[in-house]
Amino acid sequence: MMIQFQSMAQFLAMGKYAAYVWPSYGLTLLVVVLNIVWAQRLLRQAQVEARRRLATQEERA
Amino acid sequence: MTWTWFHRLGSPPYVYRLAGRLTPWFAWSAGVLIVAGLFGGLVLAPPDYQQGDGFRIIYVHAPTAWLSLMVYTWMGVAAAVGLIWRIKVAHAVAAACAPVGASFTAVALATGSLFGKPMWGTWWVWTPRLTSELLLLFLYMGYMALRASFDDTQRADRASAVLAVVGIVNVPIVHYSVVWWNDLHQASSLTLGGKDTIATSMLVPLLVSLLGFTLYFGAILLVRLRGEILRRERATGWIREALA
Repeated sequence: MMIQFQSMAQFLAMGKYAAYVWPSYGLTLLVVVLNIVWAQRLLRQAQVEARRRLATQEERA
Repeated sequence: MTWTWFHRLGSPPYVYRLAGRLTPWFAWSAGVLIVAGLFGGLVLAPPDYQQGDGFRIIYVHAPTAWLSLMVYTWMGVAAAVGLIWRIKVAHAVAAACAPVGASFTAVALATGSLFGKPMWGTWWVWTPRLTSELLLLFLYMGYMALRASFDDTQRADRASAVLAVVGIVNVPIVHYSVVWWNDLHQASSLTLGGKDTIATSMLVPLLVSLLGFTLYFGAILLVRLRGEILRRERATGWIREALA
């Protein structure tokens, strides 16, 4: 295995497939990042709600 | 053989803590493998003799398509376990799977479209592989819509689990569609135990990328699972401890 491109410009051109290769990689990485953000937000919201529940239960007791 | 480990996997506090401890291991190994696999696919693998550099789309298309099926299988099996043995944690796993699976099914369809246009000359054809993958997306969306229509989590769990279990039939249909029917979509390049129809220099980055995305899903699932468990738990003792 070795580097297949002679220059950065050649790499970015992807043969004649730049218009298909780069959007594919961009979209995939975008969704990879979004899923991380969504998962962390879900956990944080659940923790905030659980804390609130605990606080109200302590007040009642 | 003892089954205590299996029983422990049904215990919310145990799973909550275990998931928290496992997450960084999955996340970091996934990060390294995805970066290595995609670099290998984009830069190191030789261009395809027919598809040129366009074939490099496979390094994101195949892993996302793999995730779309693997996540659904997890979701369906977890839902079945939840239905049969009434295990809350299993329902939480199924619920945590759906949005992840749906998003990667959409990406698999979109990258497939971006692959199809230059290679086949069309963004979309109604062949068995593409149609069944689209149905997979609708199954995920139906599952999430059904969950959202219940206020009560337990009723949402049970109703949506039935849909998830029934929908599992579609998974082998997607996978074997290119074998059973004459599809425009190419046949699989990888077969367990069989002869791979791909050169080693192209195969290695693909396997690394597949493993990376699989571990990535593990990390996302673990984080979401902890959120789902907290939402379902009404016992307060361990939550107070876990959140301290």
